[in-house]
Amino acid sequence: MTTAVHQLDDGAWISVNDSREVNVSNLWLLAESDVCGCELVDFLAEGFVDVGVDHPNIQAKVAGQCISCGQSGVTDWLTVGRVIDPETGEFSGVELSSVHLPSKSTQRSRG
Amino acid sequence: MPTKVENWKDELYGNEIREHLFEFAEQGWDAIPDDEHDAWFERFKWWGLYHQRKGQESYFMMRIGTPNGVLEPGQLEVVAEVADEFARGPEENPEFGEAYCDWTTRQSIQLHWIKLEDIPAIFEKLESAGLDTQQACGDSWRNIVGCPVAGKDEHEHIDAWPIAEELHETFKGNDDYVNLPRKWKVSVTGCDEGCGQGDINDLAYEPAVKEIDGEEVVGFNIRVGGGLSRKEPRMARDLDVWVPPEQAADIGHGMSALFREYGDRDDRFNARIKFLVDEWGTEKMRDVLQEEFVDFELHSAGEDMRDQYTYNAGNGEHGDHVGVHEQPDGNYYVGLNVLVGRMGVEDTYELADLANEYGSGEVRLTQRQNIIVTDIPESELDAFLDEPLLETYEPDPHPFMRGSIACTGTEFCSLSIVETKNRQVRYARWLKDNVDVPSGVQDFHIHLSGCTASCAQPQIADISLRGMKTRKDGEPVEALDIGLGGGLGENPHFADWIEMRVPADEVPGYIENLLATYEDERAEGQTFREFIAERDEETLQELADPKETDYEDPYMHNTKMTWYPYAEDDDMADSPAPTDGEGKPIAPADD
Repeated sequence: MTTAVHQLDDGAWISVNDSREVNVSNLWLLAESDVCGCELVDFLAEGFVDVGVDHPNIQAKVAGQCISCGQSGVTDWLTVGRVIDPETGEFSGVELSSVHLPSKSTQRSRG
Repeated sequence: MPTKVENWKDELYGNEIREHLFEFAEQGWDAIPDDEHDAWFERFKWWGLYHQRKGQESYFMMRIGTPNGVLEPGQLEVVAEVADEFARGPEENPEFGEAYCDWTTRQSIQLHWIKLEDIPAIFEKLESAGLDTQQACGDSWRNIVGCPVAGKDEHEHIDAWPIAEELHETFKGNDDYVNLPRKWKVSVTGCDEGCGQGDINDLAYEPAVKEIDGEEVVGFNIRVGGGLSRKEPRMARDLDVWVPPEQAADIGHGMSALFREYGDRDDRFNARIKFLVDEWGTEKMRDVLQEEFVDFELHSAGEDMRDQYTYNAGNGEHGDHVGVHEQPDGNYYVGLNVLVGRMGVEDTYELADLANEYGSGEVRLTQRQNIIVTDIPESELDAFLDEPLLETYEPDPHPFMRGSIACTGTEFCSLSIVETKNRQVRYARWLKDNVDVPSGVQDFHIHLSGCTASCAQPQIADISLRGMKTRKDGEPVEALDIGLGGGLGENPHFADWIEMRVPADEVPGYIENLLATYEDERAEGQTFREFIAERDEETLQELADPKETDYEDPYMHNTKMTWYPYAEDDDMADSPAPTDGEGKPIAPADD
């Protein structure tokens, strides 16, 4: 099936195949982000500003701030999860406690 | 490129959503195709229904729009009956019980745990009493707000209630304005105290006098582009337009048509008219309004009354409508404090009875989440004030109870980052029990908003609290940004954000320290707002430190990741949702 991805509720959620899957208000540990100069960015996700699919990855640009230094900004493309079963569209979110690496590369299709 | 929401709205929006909603209700939750959930939930907002957050699937928040906050005789009882019968969820709230009503900062009513299957019966009951949910949410004219005692206020120069009613009647269900680029919030005020909070609305009518044909006429100056959301707060800006009362609706037509045609439909984050005012400036906006959207010559602005505004002006004169006040007809209105705007259903029934017994039966909701009982004869006043219910909903509350406002929070809301209402209840009680009120302070506004949407209007409070996260001992915990010195009045000012990412359990200690410093260091007679205003950011940051106290916060964990923050088993996996019309869990379909 085609994967449908979009923001909901003013960017508070990412919907994957009409199911709310990823929400704001979580802390993400980011390596090498332009948001700030911290070696490891402890990033509070406050809003999803863009979403896309780089199959099987679901990606988002996320507005928020580093809670270590307080700098606000928008991340590059961040993989927030994957569609692990193309037939059913089943989604699996990434492990939040691990370190994530945003990518500048454009995704293949916009949500 | 139009957003997905715009595409969904193009396909179907407005009044016709209702018949689909009723069809789904008859067939049950499962009838909404899985791949159409997002589109339908977006559309249902237009009929006042927000699908609750993850973990609470199949349940809705229902908003009832009550223009100017006016509930006519008999309507409060109907609201209580609807809440009692239909707004009971699978778990109770430890502070407020199984069923309750929320009075909102835009003089509306919100009920939770509404099941899709019950909606036709609820609509029938509400509408038979003259109440409705139409356009209470969604991209259209929202509930009209204003001075909650319009028509019953000694300070008014023009009775704005008929104008609010006219706007409500004209723009509810009006096909020309059902689909705007974004929400459209309107305030109408006729008093000289500034109670309508026009400064934070998309379109504001404020009383002003204009000389017309040699006579001084009271009408309205028009302001546009106010709003608090998204860390982009704006005060409404003066359009240099005055209208007589009989042209108020014409300006409503013109301005909302301008917004409909020129608002940004490609980017919902940039869609509110405040951003169009930023882009154009008021001069261009006035020119476009004149040339394209009205067929009469616009008057320039009249003489306003803003130098008399006392409401939430920080001087302690008129912070709200709580207390006993005489009406021009010799009767009295009594404003009752409702802590964080939430009232249990049994109390709501009782208040409806009291309003019938002592007053006309009418009650009014304020933009400070409180409720006013009107039309009480002087001879009945003492007996009313002796009623036991008023020990809970006080007309003369402690300043920390009086000033507390909170939004919905993670209990139900998708946007919120932190738990709010129950936390603010605990804050207010702790502050009351532990912190000395600085001398002379009558009411002190502390607003807690769970996110930057700012539904609790944090930027116009003495102390502004906004949902955040931080780490404490390495673990993520709920936290708050703290702003200081916001308010309205002649010179409205948004709070300055001073302490960031304070763990939620250290906020009461911060406020205790801050108020002690204020008491010690203020000049004689200096208000809190003045005290904050005369200090620069660096000095403000040194005023007080957060600290742990004996205040206990049971909601420090990530409440957003629970299915319901107060459930004993609160893991998402323990959620009974989605449920059927009887509230029984719907088993997942077998593969």
